[in-house]
Amino acid sequence: MSFTHSLAGTTHRFPDLRTLLARASPARSGDALAGLIAESAAERVAAQMALADLPLRHFLNEAVVPYETDEVTRLIVDSHDDAAFAPVAHLTVGEFRDWLLGVADTAALTALAPGLTPEMVAGVSKLMRLQDLIAVAAKTRVVTRFRNTIGLEGRLSTRLQPNHPVDDPRGIAASTLDGLMYGVGDAVIGINPATDSVEAMTALLSMLEELRLRSGAPIQSCVLAHVTTALETMRRGAPVDLVFQSIAGTEAANRAFGISLALLDEAWEAAKSLKRGTVGDNVMYFETGQGSELSSGAHEGVDQQTVEARCYAVARRYRPLLVNTVVGFIGPEYLYDGKQITRAGLEDHFCAKLLGVPMGCDVCYTNHAEADQDDMDALLTLLGVAGCTFIMGVPGADDIMLNYQSTSFHDALYIRQVLGRRPAPEFEAWLAGSGLADELGRLRFDHRAGPLLPALPLPSEEAA
Amino acid sequence: MTGKPKGSVVVQPDGWSGLRRFTDARIALGRAGSGLPTAAHLAFQAAHAQARDAVHVPLDVPALLADIAAQGWESVAVASAAPDRATYLKRPDLGRRLSADGETRLSEPAAAPDVVLVVADGLSSTAVSANAVAVLAALIPRLAAAGRRIGPIVVATQARVALGDPIGAILQARASVVLVGERPGLSAADSLGLYLTWMPRPGRVDSERNCISNIRSGGTSPDAAAEQAAALLAAMFAEQRSGVALGARVATAAALAAGPPDPA
Repeated sequence: MSFTHSLAGTTHRFPDLRTLLARASPARSGDALAGLIAESAAERVAAQMALADLPLRHFLNEAVVPYETDEVTRLIVDSHDDAAFAPVAHLTVGEFRDWLLGVADTAALTALAPGLTPEMVAGVSKLMRLQDLIAVAAKTRVVTRFRNTIGLEGRLSTRLQPNHPVDDPRGIAASTLDGLMYGVGDAVIGINPATDSVEAMTALLSMLEELRLRSGAPIQSCVLAHVTTALETMRRGAPVDLVFQSIAGTEAANRAFGISLALLDEAWEAAKSLKRGTVGDNVMYFETGQGSELSSGAHEGVDQQTVEARCYAVARRYRPLLVNTVVGFIGPEYLYDGKQITRAGLEDHFCAKLLGVPMGCDVCYTNHAEADQDDMDALLTLLGVAGCTFIMGVPGADDIMLNYQSTSFHDALYIRQVLGRRPAPEFEAWLAGSGLADELGRLRFDHRAGPLLPALPLPSEEAA
Repeated sequence: MTGKPKGSVVVQPDGWSGLRRFTDARIALGRAGSGLPTAAHLAFQAAHAQARDAVHVPLDVPALLADIAAQGWESVAVASAAPDRATYLKRPDLGRRLSADGETRLSEPAAAPDVVLVVADGLSSTAVSANAVAVLAALIPRLAAAGRRIGPIVVATQARVALGDPIGAILQARASVVLVGERPGLSAADSLGLYLTWMPRPGRVDSERNCISNIRSGGTSPDAAAEQAAALLAAMFAEQRSGVALGARVATAAALAAGPPDPA
């Protein structure tokens, strides 16, 4: 179906839904690279006006990637919950925006999530300012559990990311201790391995398992290897808490990642069968990020923000513990500068939360992007206000393995203090109980007081 | 806290600084409130500034051409189809194509080289200025000893790795060696990469290249990189192919970073 809208005497035509969404999308370099971006500011607003008039129901009748050739589309269509959709079924996209900002409360949004498709939430996000993306996301609540409870009101969790260029256990242990002293690690202690192998994954998981058992910390660990590596590692009996995978919004892009829904199904079943969670069974951890589909030539003519939102349909099938967008990692040909990175981070968080996904954000940038620490501070603060589920914690914001800048342990301390956010309750109780924090939850920064040094492969005299 | 670091009474140090010997990560930085102490903050800013300058300070082409001439080698300077740095960063496809002027410069009739040597600014002019001539000086005698003919050294700006493909096509080269500034990190802004491609022609994909990375002071030395490159080229001329399909195993410090290790 084609769409037209007249603005200031010019009639703008959009041949189909995916083109309408692309032209309505706020400007970013990746859509220009793909040749999908609006040719003028006026064309973009005309597309937004046409989109605002579109009934939400239309999204159930026109797919942006064909149902016949794409299993992500089939997942979206076949799992749509029409009863949950009913409260907004009569609205246009523009009216849906007003409804989200106005009458929708937390309970209504939670009930609505299964009735929404990624394309609906991507569409409404294109009509929103940053303030709108924040205000609506702040009303959502997605709670998940494994050994602690993530996503409760007033909480902000953190992934401890102690990467090392050659997976040196002592180097990783040193960064892990540093992070735990700063109260970081309640979402997950997650290591990007330099070597993707069963042996490397097993060695790192064993170290973190020893830390957990000896310190009594209610934490979960993850080595972010490929899902096939995790499957083999589980078969061999290693202590796998969470299974990680990067996911994309089209079948072809997932193929480029070496995955399919069937493979993820297999990994999900394997991880659940280990029954390692103590307070819940959310066992999956996914990463996404705008631009990955285009970078593998598999975006299917869909703009990068809409196809990113389709990742969340993949994610929610597996009731994950954690999902995060790695928003500034991909480079300036997809998100050019701090302004584009900021908007993308808030869009991804909003879309995921509306779809019921426990969304965190790797607030990050590379050295060839037009961005710096000021941009990261701004996005971190905005995401904190929006109720972001978790952020990364990297020593000094400098990941020496992946060569990019993320948020630091200090950043986590900052955002928790200025917004009054606390870690997951079980983790917070452990910090106080083990002597890492005082009875009021204030960190003591005394590495000898707690149980950590003996639980890590570090000679205690070296820490003096 | 009883510790009183030098020059400050308001910074709270972290007591586990001894652990720094186990990692280059920025641990035990101490705190000023919840923030970074000034010294740690400025150390980060300095590292980022080095990286930013590596990306954005233009390669000093006249100086590089003079250095090349001083070694007695011929050279030709070309630009990619990306007219400026901002376009280069947003449009990788333009950085893989020659400008019209560059095509003209390379179209002078000349004998086809066995190996075309390309020096590309890539994402770090710092890396090229610091390391390119040293790598060439180590590599060119090895190529001469192997009887390989090299043409003029092509110095390319606003250039991606794959710009070596149209360059190799115009010159009818049998193999290309592209020295290119790697994306700078905070710990090193001067890393040079070296990519080798058999029969470089437009349309080659990354898996058809071999790579030696992290060439810099403190990383792979120029001499070691040249030794590895010469060995890879010998294998390519023997097998008439490159990349993951290359059967010969050549010991490289950062083995075949352009693709997964060859299982064959």
